[in-house]
Amino acid sequence: MGRISGSLALEGVVKRFDRTQVIYDVSFDVADGEFVVFVGPSGCGKSTLLRMICGLETVSGGEIRIGGERVNDLPAARRGLALVFQSYALYPHMTVYQNMAFGLENLGMPKAEIASRVAEAARMLRLGDYLQRKPTALSGGQRQRVAIGRAIVREPRIFLFDEPLSNLDAELRVGMRTELADLHRRLGTTMIYVTHDQVEAMTMADKIVVLRAGRVEQVGPPLELYNHPRNRFVAGFIGSPQMNFLDGTVAASDGPTLAVDIPGLGLLRTRAGRSVAPGTAVSIGIRPEHIRTGHEGDNNLTGAVAGVEQLGGLSYVRLNDPGITIQIPGQTRLAHGEAAPIHFPIDAVHVFDADGLTLPVA
Amino acid sequence: MLTATRGRGRMDWTDWASYLYLGLGTLLMLGPVVWLGLSSLKSPSGLIEFPPTLLPQEQARVAVPNYPNPLPLYRITQGDHAGQTLAEVRKIGLQATMVDPAAPDALIRVPIDDRAKVMHLHAAWDNYTDLLQKFAFGRYLWNSVFITTVAAIITLLLNSMAAFALSKYRFAGREPVFLMMLATLMIPPTIILVPNYLIAAVLGLTDNPWGVIWPAVATPTGVFLLRQYMLTLPDDLLEAARMDNASEWRIYWRIVLPLSKPALAVLAIFSVMWRWNEFLWPMVVLGRNETFTLPLALNSFQGELTTQWNYLLAMTVVTLIPVTVIFAFLQRHITQGIASAGVK
Repeated sequence: MGRISGSLALEGVVKRFDRTQVIYDVSFDVADGEFVVFVGPSGCGKSTLLRMICGLETVSGGEIRIGGERVNDLPAARRGLALVFQSYALYPHMTVYQNMAFGLENLGMPKAEIASRVAEAARMLRLGDYLQRKPTALSGGQRQRVAIGRAIVREPRIFLFDEPLSNLDAELRVGMRTELADLHRRLGTTMIYVTHDQVEAMTMADKIVVLRAGRVEQVGPPLELYNHPRNRFVAGFIGSPQMNFLDGTVAASDGPTLAVDIPGLGLLRTRAGRSVAPGTAVSIGIRPEHIRTGHEGDNNLTGAVAGVEQLGGLSYVRLNDPGITIQIPGQTRLAHGEAAPIHFPIDAVHVFDADGLTLPVA
Repeated sequence: MLTATRGRGRMDWTDWASYLYLGLGTLLMLGPVVWLGLSSLKSPSGLIEFPPTLLPQEQARVAVPNYPNPLPLYRITQGDHAGQTLAEVRKIGLQATMVDPAAPDALIRVPIDDRAKVMHLHAAWDNYTDLLQKFAFGRYLWNSVFITTVAAIITLLLNSMAAFALSKYRFAGREPVFLMMLATLMIPPTIILVPNYLIAAVLGLTDNPWGVIWPAVATPTGVFLLRQYMLTLPDDLLEAARMDNASEWRIYWRIVLPLSKPALAVLAIFSVMWRWNEFLWPMVVLGRNETFTLPLALNSFQGELTTQWNYLLAMTVVTLIPVTVIFAFLQRHITQGIASAGVK
C-alpha cells in the first residue's frame, strides 16, 4: 500500500469563538515525515490549532491543506489523522484490544485484519500482555502506549499529540520521549506534537512552531530558534534556565559593534547588524550557559551571589546586581554573599529593540 | 457492617444510640411489610380474629363421630370441666353445647365465658393457589409485566437519547428546551389527565396496553437524571470516538450508553416502580377487565359490600415481589453511580 503524503500546510488560519479571536493569521508548512512541535505558554492557542487541524474545531478563516488537499470542511474522521489526547481518552468500558480495534471496526475492516494490526501495534508498544485488561488496570505509561497504539493501528497520514506526556511523572516522561522519537524514526509518519515544555520541543522536534497569544512567533529547527531567536519572547521561551535580560540604552554604535549602557552596570559591547541611533532603548539578552566566570578583556561585571543550586554535573548561581542566573559546568565553590566576577562573551550577547524584536547580527 | 463501632471494638453510647435509631427505622419500614406477608397467609376467619395475632393462626378443629363436619376445639378455663379440651357442637346465647371428642355421646353445656379457643399455626397457602386458579391473576400479571418491561425499555432509550443531545451537543435553544422539559415537572398529572385521555382516545389507545405505555415513556425526571450523569463523561471520549470514525449513533450506542450504566440502572428502577405501581392512568385508560394491570385488579377485589381480604393481601404480596427483586439486583449500580459521580 503506497503511503499517502502526510504533508500539511496552514495558510492564514484564523479562529474566532463568537467575538473573541484566539488564532491570528497562522501560516506554516510541514513536510511529509517531519516531527513538528507546537510550543508556547498555556492559553497560547496551540491546542486549538491542533484541534482545528484534526477537524474537532471549525476553521473561521484561511485554509488547511493535508497532502495538498483542502480539508477545511472535511469531517475529522475523513482527514486520515489520529489524535492522542492529553487525557488519553481511552474508552473505560472496553479492553485494551477493543480500544485499539474500535476505530477499525467502524471502518468495517475484516476481523482478521483488525486482529493482525492490533497484534502488530501491541508488539511494537510492548502491550501484548495487557490486551484483555481494562484501562483502569493499567499504569499511566501503559495507558499512554494504548492511546498511541489506538492511533498507530489506523495507519494515519499524520499523528497528532496533544500534550501526551503531561500526565506522566518526570522519569516516565523522559522514557516516553525517547520511545516517541524511536517510533517516529520507525514509522516515518508526519507527527505534530503540542507541548508547553520547551525541553520536549527541543529534544524531539525537527521543527518547532513557537506560539504566543494565537500568533506564530517563529518557526524553525530547534537550534536555529536557540541560536537566532527572532524576538525576545522566543529567546526567553527556548532554553532552560531562561535567558537573562538587561535593559539599557545605546551609548554608541560603531558598525557591527554596539555599546549598550546598562544603568548601574556600565557599558556592554555586543554585535548588531545595523547601526542604531545612540539613546535608543534596547535590551540585551545572554543565556546562563554562555556567561563565563572570571574577568577577561571587556564586558566584565561583578555580581553578588544570591543563591547556589548544585546539580553535581553543573551548577546554577543566582546573582544580585545584576539580577541574573549563570550556569557553571561542574561544581562551584561560590557561596552566598560572595562577589562573583563574570564575563559576557561578545558573540553570545543578543540585542532586542524596544518592541522585543532581535537586532540581527550581520 | 453490623459489628461496626465508634470506639476501639467496644460499644460507645453513640453506638447504642445509632443502633437503636436504625432498629427503630427498620421496624417502621419493615414492620408493615412483614405484617402484610404474615397476614396474607391467614384464612378469612384468622383475619377477623380479635385480638389480631401476628402469626397466621387458626382455631383447631377435630373430627368427631356422628358429626358431619369437624368441630372447633375449646379449652375450658373454669367450672366443672376446667382443664378439659372440648369441641363445640352449637352455641345458643351465652351457652354453648359441647362434646368431649373422646366420649362423643355425652353433650356438655358450658357458659361461653368459661372457655378459650385452641389455636394452632396454619398457613393458608390456598390464598395464593386460589388466586392463580380461580381468578385471571395470570392475565393481570402478564399485563403488568408487559407494560412495565416495554415501558421501561422505551423510557431508557428515549430519555437517554434526549439526555445525550442535551448534554453533549451545542445547539441553539438547548437551554430553553431543557428548562421547558424540567418545567413540566411542576404540572400535576391530574391536571393533564383529561387531555391525555382525549388524545389516547383519538389515537385508539384506550383498552390497550400501549395506551398506558406511550404517554409515560418520556419523563423529565429521567432526562434530567441521565443528562446530569452524562455531563460528567469527558468530551475527549466522544472526540476520540469521532476521530475513530464512529457515527453519532455509534458514539451514543457504544460509548455513551455503556458508560451511563449506573444512571441507567437508577432510572430503570424508578421506571419499573412507577409503571408497576401506577394506578390512576391505567384505571382511566383500561376499561375492560382483561386489560387490567395488577393494581387495577387489586382494586376490583375491594367490592362494594364485601372484600376478600385474604386474596387481596396475597395479591399485594405477589405485586411487591418483582419490584423488590429488581431493586435487589440493580441496587449495586445505584451506590456505584453515586460513588463514581462523587469522585468526579
